[in-house]
Amino acid sequence: MTVAGSRSALLDARAIKRALDRMAKEIISLAGGSEHLVLIGIQRRGVELAERLAHLITEKSGKAVERGALDITLYRDDLETVGPRPLVGQTHLPGELSGKCVIIVDDVLYTGRTVRAALDELADFGRPSRVGLSVLIDRGGRELPIQADIVGKSVDARRGDRVDVLLQEVDGRDAVELVREAS
Amino acid sequence: MALSLGKDLIGLEELSADQIRLILDTAEPFKEVSERAIKKVPTLRGKTIVNLFFESSTRTRISFEFAEKRLSADTVNVASSGSSVEKGENLVDTARNLESMRIDMVVMRHPSSGAAQFLAKRIRSNVINAGDGTHEHPTQALLDLLTIRDRLGRIEGVKVCICGDILHSRVARSNIWGLVKLGAEVAVCGPRSLMPRGIEGLGVKLFRRIEEAMEWAEVLNVLRLQLERMQAGFIPSLREYNRVFGVTVERLARASRKLLVLHPGPMNRGVEIDSRVADGEQSVILHQVTNGVAVRMAVLYLLAGGNPERAEAAKGQGSSREGAE
Repeated sequence: MTVAGSRSALLDARAIKRALDRMAKEIISLAGGSEHLVLIGIQRRGVELAERLAHLITEKSGKAVERGALDITLYRDDLETVGPRPLVGQTHLPGELSGKCVIIVDDVLYTGRTVRAALDELADFGRPSRVGLSVLIDRGGRELPIQADIVGKSVDARRGDRVDVLLQEVDGRDAVELVREAS
Repeated sequence: MALSLGKDLIGLEELSADQIRLILDTAEPFKEVSERAIKKVPTLRGKTIVNLFFESSTRTRISFEFAEKRLSADTVNVASSGSSVEKGENLVDTARNLESMRIDMVVMRHPSSGAAQFLAKRIRSNVINAGDGTHEHPTQALLDLLTIRDRLGRIEGVKVCICGDILHSRVARSNIWGLVKLGAEVAVCGPRSLMPRGIEGLGVKLFRRIEEAMEWAEVLNVLRLQLERMQAGFIPSLREYNRVFGVTVERLARASRKLLVLHPGPMNRGVEIDSRVADGEQSVILHQVTNGVAVRMAVLYLLAGGNPERAEAAKGQGSSREGAE
């Protein structure tokens, strides 16, 4: 139970690890192996998650997995209202995407607008044979017809709530927390 | 929005060190866009930009145009010759007419110092100064700064000497502001007749001899010598200028450090810079040109979101990606 203005844990470090482990297996089965698989993380925590998933998939399949990073800032549809992000991150993709199975990796799926932008950006780099979406948290609240193929945990968050994904590489610890603003 | 550029980019004099760094940092990812097979992102889709050039320019105008097109803006080029400017229309009337066609930004080059500021105060569109008289040429200085940072890894503490016609140079002025603000050590070197009085007051060292400047500096930014200056009697002859101030392979070889050589173009080969230097391994002139597109994309991008108040107002509506998605 969360109280107003509170912060409650959704996943701890062990639960994140378990979720990622299951997601890695599901990605292999979705992609029919890891041969044509490319994991593309969305800046910034999606990149770290893609890195971890790639590591887990390599452990299971014994093969290195291709990775890339996507910064969707330049493909956003709200420059006019939100203003420019002060810093745009790097986009780098591992060569040719045509014929590959691309799995987009992000931390939280919310309105779907980020994924829409990522799909637009990917299309400018090639034509994968399949594109999938894998997220650690699906918090609901979609504004576009976009769904994830692979989900670590689904949460029913309210509008105005914040879901914070904290990762060791960026934040110094692993946790997912729901922040409910004081009403 | 923690840090923004405001409505216009008029000069580096008005910008803080943090704002200059923001532009340089924002330029980094834009370099990669120009390396893609599809060199285009939809960021400024639907924006209309007018390139208003009252002075001839190839490099700057094309560089702006590439930057605009790679951000998916729609662009219109207006040159003073062949337009109603030739019929005597004044600057504000020209701009107001353009604005009535619902444009979003104006990139302007103008022979009068202060023209960009003058225009910016009178129209709602964003104004980017692409060179105004002898005042400033901010995007040139920004691409020079980015090139120095790329090559040396820093700007703070770097010794940069700007060589040539400092008196008439907007490139020199913008460079001095930018370099000093970012903590570089700045010097100038050139004929006495082409040095502004009181230049040391800007925190700038003065060298009379190019050999001394080369011994001191890590970076030389060699300015174009405007050939009109000779007719106006500022220098005796081009050959004389080359003999005393020309950046030659022999002079570079005598310097104890391996200098980085910049030139804003267009070059007068054999006058301020020798061909063997311009095409040599110490020259970063083409790297500057590449960086020009990235820096201009960054400026367009940062100004386009533009209206900080409107952005603040929209922030509360939960369309922010931070933490949510």
